[in-house]
Amino acid sequence: MSLAPIQQISGRAVPVEGDDIDTDRIIPARYMRCVTFDGLGEFLFRDIRQTPEGNSTNHPIDQPKFEGATILVSGMNFGCGSSREHAPQAIVRAGFKAVIAGNYAEIFFGNSTTLGLPCVAAKKEDLQALTQLIQSEPSTMVKIDLEKLLVTAGKLSFPVTMKASAQQGLLTGRYDAIADLLANLPKVQSMASLAPGAAAL
Amino acid sequence: MGKTLFHKVWDRHAVGKLPDGSTQLFIGTHLIHEVTSPQAFGMLRDLGLKVAFPKRTFATVDHIVPTDQRVEPFQDTLADAMIKELRKNCSDFGVTFFDIPSGKQGIVHIVGPEQGITQPGTTIACGDSHTSTHGAFGAVAFGIGTSQVRDVLATQTMALSPLKVRKIEVRGTLGPGVYAKDIILHIIRTLGVNGGTGYAYEYAGPTIEGLSIEERMTICNMSIEGGARVGYVNPDEKTFAYLKGRPYCPKGKEWDAAVVEWRKVASDPDAVYDDVKIFEASEIRPTVTWGINPGQGIFIDEAIPSPEQLPEADRSSAKEALEFMKFKAGQKLAGQKIQVAFFGSCTNARVSDFVEASKFLKGRKVAQGIRAIAVPGSQGVSKICAEMGIDKIFREAGFDWREAGCSMCLGMNPDQLVGDEICASSSNRNFKGRQGSPTGRTLLMSPVMVAAAAVTGEVSDARKVFAQN
Ligand code: SF4
Repeated sequence: MSLAPIQQISGRAVPVEGDDIDTDRIIPARYMRCVTFDGLGEFLFRDIRQTPEGNSTNHPIDQPKFEGATILVSGMNFGCGSSREHAPQAIVRAGFKAVIAGNYAEIFFGNSTTLGLPCVAAKKEDLQALTQLIQSEPSTMVKIDLEKLLVTAGKLSFPVTMKASAQQGLLTGRYDAIADLLANLPKVQSMASLAPGAAAL
Repeated sequence: MGKTLFHKVWDRHAVGKLPDGSTQLFIGTHLIHEVTSPQAFGMLRDLGLKVAFPKRTFATVDHIVPTDQRVEPFQDTLADAMIKELRKNCSDFGVTFFDIPSGKQGIVHIVGPEQGITQPGTTIACGDSHTSTHGAFGAVAFGIGTSQVRDVLATQTMALSPLKVRKIEVRGTLGPGVYAKDIILHIIRTLGVNGGTGYAYEYAGPTIEGLSIEERMTICNMSIEGGARVGYVNPDEKTFAYLKGRPYCPKGKEWDAAVVEWRKVASDPDAVYDDVKIFEASEIRPTVTWGINPGQGIFIDEAIPSPEQLPEADRSSAKEALEFMKFKAGQKLAGQKIQVAFFGSCTNARVSDFVEASKFLKGRKVAQGIRAIAVPGSQGVSKICAEMGIDKIFREAGFDWREAGCSMCLGMNPDQLVGDEICASSSNRNFKGRQGSPTGRTLLMSPVMVAAAAVTGEVSDARKVFAQN
C-alpha cells in the first residue's frame, strides 16, 4: 500500500472555538449507527451545528464565509474522550485536510494520522491570532508546512509541533502502518507461540 | 535498575522498530464489539486479508444492543443489522463470539475479566477507549481506533510509541461511604483531564492494594478520562484468586506455571518512574461532577467553584460547563433535583457494585417521578445477581432491571435522556450529549451515590441518607 506523501496543506480555515472538544461532540454516538464510515461527514459536530429541533445554530462550519474551508482550527485538548475513529473519519469526510489546535488526545491523534489527517499543535497565543485573522478575513490562505513544521497565513507565521513518528510517516507516505506491519508477519508468527494471552477454546 | 510492569510487558511484546521510528507491538489478546469492528472487517476484505490469529480475538455486543426486548429481529433495524454483521464477520473469520444466546454477552470490559481472558503480563487491544479497565489485572491494555482494529486483525500487531510511566500512589484508609469511583474522580480532578497524555498510570500504594479486583477495574477504567491511555495495577494474590478457575484461564500445572510468570511481571521495587504523585485516601470524600468533563468534580459538601477560582487553563471550559449545566458558581450539588438515575456501565456494573448498593436499597423506594434503570454489565453479572436476589431488591425499590449492555452510558440505543434531564450516573463520561440528548445533563458519581440520589430524588450524601444501615 503506497500512499502519497503529505508535505504541505494549504487552504482556507474555519475556527471551531473552545477547549476540550471531545469526540462525542465531534460525532455524537447517535450518529455512529452504521457499519461503514460513508456519509459520516454530514454529522460532524451535529449537536453544536443544530438545535435539538433541527434548526441551524449558524455554526462557523455552516457560515457561507467559511464554505470550502479545508483546515479546522480549534483549542486545547482537541479530540479527547472515546477512541472512535468515527471522529476523524467525520472530519475527513466533511472535506477537511488538516487540524490546527493546541494539543490533542492521544488516541484521536493516532487515528487521524493513520487517515492522513495531519494534526499540528500550536501555542495558545498563535492559535488566538490565527482564529482572529480567519474570523476577520475568512479568505486568507493558510499553509501548513509539515517538513518545517510552520504555519503561515497572511502576515502570520508561527511554528507548530507534531510527534516525530507521525511527521515522518506523513512526509514519507507511510502514515498508514499496515504495509510495514504486514511485512514483518513471519517474525510475528514466530513470536506468537511464545506470547502470553488467552486462546479460544 | 528495576523495571516497571509497563516496560517489562512492552519489551516482551516488541516485534521491532518500524521505518517511522515507532514500535511494532504484538497484541496478546484482541477484543471487539459491534460498533467499531464492522468497518475494520470491511477494510480487511477490501485488502484481501484474513485474520492472522483468530483464536486471539474475542467478540461481544454491547454498545447498541437493546437492553429491554431481546427478541430478534430487534425493533431498531440498525442494531439488528450490526449484530448480524458481527455474527457474520465472526463466523467468516473464525472468531469466538459471545453472542446473546451464549449467556456470556455483556460489556466487553466486563466480559474479558469474567471469562478469564484478561490476564496479567499480556497486551490487550480493543476498539474502545475504556480498554484501560483490563489493566486492573496487570495487563497493558490500549484503546484503539478502527484502522488499528484492522491492523490487529490482519497482523496481531500495531504501531505504537512507548509511553512514560507515572506512579500514582494512594495511601491511608478510605472513609466509610467513599469508594474506588471517588478515588479516580478525585485523581482526575487533581491531575486534569489531559494530565495523563503520554503516560501510562500505575496505580499503587496500600490503598490500591487493599481494593478488590473489581474496585481496581473501576479505577483503571477511568484512566483515559485523565488523558492516560493505559492504567494498571501490579498483579498480586487477589488477582490470581480472582482468575483461578475462569473458563479461559490455564488449568492444573499450566496454571501454576502461569502464576510464576505473572508474579515476575509486577514492577520491581527499585523501578524508575518518569513521575510520581501521592494521594491521601483519608482526604477523599464522595465526589460528584458538576460540569461537562470528568475532571469537573467536587466533594459532595463542597460548592461549585467559580471559573475565576480555577487555573487559567480551566476557566473557559468551566464557564461553558456552568452555562450548559444551568448551575451557578457557589451552588452546592447536594439537594439538586434529578430526573433519572442510571446504574450501569463498564465503570460500575459488576456484581460487587450491585451488592454494595443493594444493602442500602433494601426496603427503600425510588423517589416519585424518578426514572431509575439498572443495567448489569454482563449476562454473567445478571445471573449472579439473580441467584443472590439482588435484582429483586432493585426491582422492589422501583428500578427498571435491564438486560446487559452499555445502555444509557452513551445512549446509542433507545436508553436516552430526554431534553435537559439531569441524570445521576455511575458511568464515566459527562460530555455534552453523551447520554443521548444533546441538552441532557450527566452527574458522575459512585453507584451508592446513584442509589442515594434515586431514593431521595436529588443529589444526596449517601453517608447521611443511608446512615441507619
Ligand atoms: S459502558 Fe460506556 S464507556 Fe463502557 S464500553 Fe460501553 S459505552 Fe463505552
